[in-house]
Amino acid sequence: MCAATVGGLSLEGIDMAKETVIQGTVTKDGQPVGGAYVRLLDARGQFTAEVPTSATGAFRFFAAPGTWTLRTLAPGASVDRTVVAGLGEVAEVDVSV
Amino acid sequence: MSRTDVLVDADWVDAHLDDPKVVLVEVDEDTAAYEKNHIRSAVRIDWRDDLQDAVRRDFVNKAQFEALLSRKGIANDDTVVLYGGNNNWFASYAYWYFKLYGHQDVKLLDGGRKKWELDSRELDSVVPERTPTRYVAQAQDSSIRAFRDDVVGAIGVDNIVDVRSPDEYAGRLLAPAHLPQEQSQRPGHVPTAVSVPWSKAANDDGTFRSDDELTTLYTGAGLDLSKDTIAYCRIGERSAHTWFVLHELLGQSSVRNYDGSWTEYGSLVGVPVQLGDAPGGPEGGAA
Repeated sequence: MCAATVGGLSLEGIDMAKETVIQGTVTKDGQPVGGAYVRLLDARGQFTAEVPTSATGAFRFFAAPGTWTLRTLAPGASVDRTVVAGLGEVAEVDVSV
Repeated sequence: MSRTDVLVDADWVDAHLDDPKVVLVEVDEDTAAYEKNHIRSAVRIDWRDDLQDAVRRDFVNKAQFEALLSRKGIANDDTVVLYGGNNNWFASYAYWYFKLYGHQDVKLLDGGRKKWELDSRELDSVVPERTPTRYVAQAQDSSIRAFRDDVVGAIGVDNIVDVRSPDEYAGRLLAPAHLPQEQSQRPGHVPTAVSVPWSKAANDDGTFRSDDELTTLYTGAGLDLSKDTIAYCRIGERSAHTWFVLHELLGQSSVRNYDGSWTEYGSLVGVPVQLGDAPGGPEGGAA
């Protein structure tokens, strides 16, 4: 699979032609934050999905093409980031809390 | 029924961690979460392996449920407090299950695992040992469960609430966005169903909104609270969350969860489907 992103989560086994992937890593002071919560909000600010980050701070969504907001919740922190995602592409977003 | 009968907060749980008649139960979509850590003394129920029949698409039956609770050391007169990840989706689903089989005293931890973690409360990795019981379940309470024919019969007649995200409702997505999208069903929603995403009933930290906010939410979306209501989502867990809000928090008497939900309805031959952001008429169709 040629769509795998250097440094990102493995996309092995995923049919990327059909998916719009938003993924990234949550860090604090350069260290990965496991167990943070990343919420995916649509262009109207409506909640679409939420995932906890892995032990390495990683998260991933299978979205639809368009503009999204990532809201990251960690103890004492809430950070919003805007991301534009396209079909067959991987949008990488790194969040610092 | 009031909010304090069915919902407890973290301080309440902290005060009852060593109460032998209170059983904490974690239920997650990510079934490995419990193994990593959990609230001290909590046991785990696996929503898939423990609550679904292994062969046919249905729940475990009464005898299987009795065996499960007996094995977990849960007695008929225990207070069961459920919590989990995903803003308590699967904990709500298990709550509905406990009610379906007639458990008397069951509650949700408001905010579930997320709020517990965001408040930096203590988690533990020790799996508790509970003495097995002889649990006796009631027959399924069919007044809180809807089947596909009930949903088709409710089109244009009763309240149908689609609690998925707006993009799933409109047919732009087939699954929540943390799951791959390749699915066999048709996209869209049940005609005349109103869209009230489950997430609008919860705050960012996963706690439920106030009763006044919830009432305004559903009436504002066009729900006639004098009518019967069926809630559905993709597989019935997010709609269990909304069933909890309507039936347990707001005290609506006739609310059923359609656990077949979109993975069943969207695969049925010959039923109407509506695309787009509006509820549409009974015949369904494109936006």
